[in-house]
Amino acid sequence: MSSAVETNLSVPAGVKLPIYLDNHATTPLDPRVLDAMMPYFTSKFGNAASRNHSFGWEAEAAVEEARAQIAKVIGATAKEIIFTSGATESNNLAIKGIGEMYRERGNHIITQVTEHKAVLDTCKRMEKAGFRVTYLPVKADGLIDLEDLKRAIDDKTILVSIMFANNEIGVIQPVAEIGKICREKGVIFHTDAVQAVGKVPVDVNAMNIDVLSLSGHKIYGPKGVGALYVRRRNPRVQISEQINGGGHERGMRSGTLNVPGIVGLGKACEIALAEMDSEAKRLSALRDKLKAKLESKLDYIHVNGTMDHRLPGNLNMSFVYVEGESLLMGINDIAVSSGSACTSATLEPSYVLKALGLGDDVAHSSIRFGLGRFNTEAEVDYVADKVIDVVQKLRELSPLYEMVKEGIDLTKIEWQAH
Amino acid sequence: MAYSDKVIDHYNNPRNVGQLDKSSQDVGTGLVGAPECGDVMRLQIKVNPETQVIEEAKFKTFGCGSAIASSSLATEWVKGKTVSEALEIKNTDIVKELALPPVKIHCSVLAEDAIRAAIGDWKKKNGVTETEKSAQTVA
Repeated sequence: MSSAVETNLSVPAGVKLPIYLDNHATTPLDPRVLDAMMPYFTSKFGNAASRNHSFGWEAEAAVEEARAQIAKVIGATAKEIIFTSGATESNNLAIKGIGEMYRERGNHIITQVTEHKAVLDTCKRMEKAGFRVTYLPVKADGLIDLEDLKRAIDDKTILVSIMFANNEIGVIQPVAEIGKICREKGVIFHTDAVQAVGKVPVDVNAMNIDVLSLSGHKIYGPKGVGALYVRRRNPRVQISEQINGGGHERGMRSGTLNVPGIVGLGKACEIALAEMDSEAKRLSALRDKLKAKLESKLDYIHVNGTMDHRLPGNLNMSFVYVEGESLLMGINDIAVSSGSACTSATLEPSYVLKALGLGDDVAHSSIRFGLGRFNTEAEVDYVADKVIDVVQKLRELSPLYEMVKEGIDLTKIEWQAH
Repeated sequence: MAYSDKVIDHYNNPRNVGQLDKSSQDVGTGLVGAPECGDVMRLQIKVNPETQVIEEAKFKTFGCGSAIASSSLATEWVKGKTVSEALEIKNTDIVKELALPPVKIHCSVLAEDAIRAAIGDWKKKNGVTETEKSAQTVA
């Protein structure tokens, strides 16, 4: 019996391979964004900090327009936007800058276990510098328990840093409730909103967010540019600068501004805001179709994280009894990510999936589908068919699937871990 | 992960997929690995009681492409060999044949373990001890 994994699915008209379905990792630049950026690479090359001539004024005006566009998508004012090189820098600046500024008030920081490494590793660094960090667990649905948060806050707590939406499982934390708790307790609330801004409504005032990180390349803007929102009133948040220099960005982040990048980030925010409602509806419909098609043909699959509070374009599924990397190999004309250890440098399965309480075996079997602005229904249909085909073939190869089908309880077998 | 053409070939066209009757006297079954480690291999051999030649080999593997290729290759290699010849197969031979990168060496180790486990199971069933093995032609 030969069971070739190679498939010969016909590619529907209008679908070009490979299909990009990894929009949580990065997104393609929207051509409209590129058009807005182009002049600032060529004729409008001025330094936004040059105060004495039109080249500088032109650049400064473009930066200020972008600042307003970015502020609008999160309900902030333009003056509250600080430009950075991306969300990793924004997260570093927020946590280190607040830690340093408010050190005398307290040394306790609260975050949670499924944060991005840009937050977790920064918090580890803060621990080395004498801060106390509480890492809240998440429930099986991927969300933190608000009671845990309330209990964790003490009189030394200066900062709560909880992400808006998770990059792997797309679940959206109860940000407004977290903001309310922090405000009541007088603790600064920072959120890494990289995956959420421009995708779902974000309002720093309604949600009591004090500091927020965002990035250009997750919203069809350029790489290498991001921003940090820092609240200016009720309460005014102060951040100690981490990069010293010419005192740019209200002294919080020195360095000549990346004008083309900033113009691109502004334009990307403007487009995302204008199209948010229709795009969220379109993407969630496509995502739900993908899920329904997979579920109609495959057994032993399940969604990781809650479907009730989730980014429109995210679907993270485990195809149990199939190893993630072998699945990726079979669908190599589709760009997705896996939580499998084999796809990571550390040979450890995804810490996010493990935090949900999933066994390593299920984490190894996970695929993250990240749908975005340029994906079409025809692509989603092709992806569903292809995944179904490859999973079925790999299950013919899987001793585990065969054993389960024969009614053997895999947990009763003495496996030799290696 | 960039795979060699041989890994891709075994992955796309795995050899000897399936199962043998594990209750049969002349069949040895090796089940190695663990689901939480991300790979499980089951390798089965059917041994001619007269000649001790492995006449059939079947496998099923849960694991990455390298694990599938390693076990597929192992079934190809053990077929036609005597039990003692099959025990000579080393994981390093598999690494070489498939050009496995360092992070995938454990897949070849697992395949070697699977061969040994299958042979061990067959020996146990047939009461073959180590001394008898060296005198196998007498059997």
